[in-house]
Amino acid sequence: MTHSGNRRTLISAALAASLSLSFANGALAKDTVKVGFIGPLTGGVSSIGLGGRNSAELAVALRNQDPDAKYEYELEVLDDECKPNVGVQVATKLAASRDVLGAVTHYCSSVAMGAVDIYHKFNLPVIVWGAVLPDITYGNDYTEVHRINGTMINQNEAAAKFMTDQGYKTWAIIHDTTDYGKGHNEYFSKYLTENGGEILGTFGVTSDQQDFTAELTKIKQMNPEVVYFGGLTPLAVRIRQQMDKLGIEAQFQGASGLKSESYFTGLSGDLAEGTVTFLEGAPAEKLPGGEYFMAEYEKEGYGESFEAYGPFSFAAMNLLMDAIEEVGADRKKVTEYLADVQEHASITGPVTFDEHGQNTVALITPYVAQDGEWVVWSDSAYADGTRTLTGK
Amino acid sequence: MDIGLFGQYLANGVMLGTMYALVAVGFTLFFGVLDVIKFSHGDVLMLGSFTGFTVYIGLLSLGIENPWVMIAAILVVSIITTAALGAIIARYLVLPLKSAPPLNILLITLMLGTAIREAVRLFYPDGSNPKAFPALLPTASVDLGGFALRADSVILVAAGIAVIIGLNLVINRTRLGLAIRAVAQDEETAKIMGINYTMIVLVTFAIGSGAAAFAGIMNGLYYNEVNFGMGLLLGLIGFCAAIIGGLGNIYGAILGGFLFAGLQTIGAVALPFASAYKDVFAFGVVIALMAWKPTGLIAERSSDRV
Repeated sequence: MTHSGNRRTLISAALAASLSLSFANGALAKDTVKVGFIGPLTGGVSSIGLGGRNSAELAVALRNQDPDAKYEYELEVLDDECKPNVGVQVATKLAASRDVLGAVTHYCSSVAMGAVDIYHKFNLPVIVWGAVLPDITYGNDYTEVHRINGTMINQNEAAAKFMTDQGYKTWAIIHDTTDYGKGHNEYFSKYLTENGGEILGTFGVTSDQQDFTAELTKIKQMNPEVVYFGGLTPLAVRIRQQMDKLGIEAQFQGASGLKSESYFTGLSGDLAEGTVTFLEGAPAEKLPGGEYFMAEYEKEGYGESFEAYGPFSFAAMNLLMDAIEEVGADRKKVTEYLADVQEHASITGPVTFDEHGQNTVALITPYVAQDGEWVVWSDSAYADGTRTLTGK
Repeated sequence: MDIGLFGQYLANGVMLGTMYALVAVGFTLFFGVLDVIKFSHGDVLMLGSFTGFTVYIGLLSLGIENPWVMIAAILVVSIITTAALGAIIARYLVLPLKSAPPLNILLITLMLGTAIREAVRLFYPDGSNPKAFPALLPTASVDLGGFALRADSVILVAAGIAVIIGLNLVINRTRLGLAIRAVAQDEETAKIMGINYTMIVLVTFAIGSGAAAFAGIMNGLYYNEVNFGMGLLLGLIGFCAAIIGGLGNIYGAILGGFLFAGLQTIGAVALPFASAYKDVFAFGVVIALMAWKPTGLIAERSSDRV
């Protein structure tokens, strides 16, 4: 009896010891939690997507190096190919995997529009890092959906004002017929008319169109001062190229989807020179945390540039991880935390989400193509009068 | 509409039509000799233009800058490579499946096309972005009352039409063409007459693919831009052009190509609704034409064979 009693105490002591040991282990190794990134990693706009992915990866890597972080973060990267059908699939895959706590998603508006319903259904909190269509946040009341970058409403308001201030009066508008292109057409037309600009003609084109000579010939006849294109770089390259073929001498103006380095690799000669475009936020080097971001990005030695939206992706991923640090590994709690984000510090400046989860930054920067790169307007040779835009 | 503008539209349409016709001729040749539809045709075209682009970069690094030498080298290398690829596709993918249902060949070439496209996108350096194809032809232009007629466009159209005429002569006036036509009409009899059947099939696929490579280079020189997805729509349009013209008939392919280009131009210019619907209009008319003449505008003479 005493013997067996002794044995029992021995066992319980051993059990207690092993339990305390395992607790000690738990305190040492951090729990691993998963976060997601979705963007176009292949296809025509993949350079932007890869820049965004690298930036998100960088944010995760830096956080994992931080000894104060409560969790170890694992990034799951998926490719939406900038196609709505693919986007819906990968969004479902990500949202349905229960160990993913939140995600930084989508550059292409048409993809984001299809995917937001899924995030809502699966209660997955997401922060959009690049898509600019207003309806992504404003077209629903999903608490899960947030966006760190500005929308095309702000962008086109600033663009219309900027261009009319330059003295331009007449426009021809080409837009692709995706949600993105149609949205740009709608808001740019609206603000342009308010600012006294005149629209001579509007042309919708499909997003894989190769030949624009028919539309451009018609535009040539209208003789506008500016050709505005609401769409992405691959089409813009073709349109700019064919404008030259047909001898159209008008200023070429793009939207945020144009601001990619591939605009210069796709255009031969100096055709890119003088093209104007607009982007939410400010260039990395002018952002509050830009120096830090660029230095860290440089250090990692990525093969691709972070492109226009890399800093947004970085900031979005950090915001998501801040939320997880604060409230723990729970999707609902992360969503609740994100709903109350006010003046949250980020490398793109303070982030404040409105009731639709939209960051209220309205900072828009005009860019001009100068000597094969995008130069902030105020720093360019065009602003100080050394060079002039077409027709000025 | 003033005459200069009309001329501009006409020039645009003729340019497009020439490219479509070159693609359609390939479809029609393949169907003619082997009764197969080779859906990788558009992507073979894209590969041809990327080969040309690679040759251009190679020549630049060798320090050769004479544009005519460059064009000649680009054309020769690209057409030979692509023709060889066409023959390889015929030898290893199409011929072995000859007795299988035609749907299998259609599917296998469709998948091959996707494989080629994705391979260029993934393995060509920075392949997912559009590439600036050089403008090697003289760009002088004459202004004819609001219509800028450019030397390069004229040269391209002339060269394209010359290739089409040349192909037509080869098919209709040479012994090789006679053999191709014999195989197309009756494979068994052609074999009995001593025609090397396999060789003729391979040569036909090589010719069709070479024409696609030419169209690809022409496309690159005209738009000064090539991208991995360019073959997709071109292939589809070429196929439609071959169908409305009458699959298996080379004149039909040419007619179909120009007709489709004309429809697209009319769709974008003359119709009251938005230009976004020009492809809807063009393909819609194609559907109507097919319902009206199911064997195409110029039906293949031997299309009633069993």
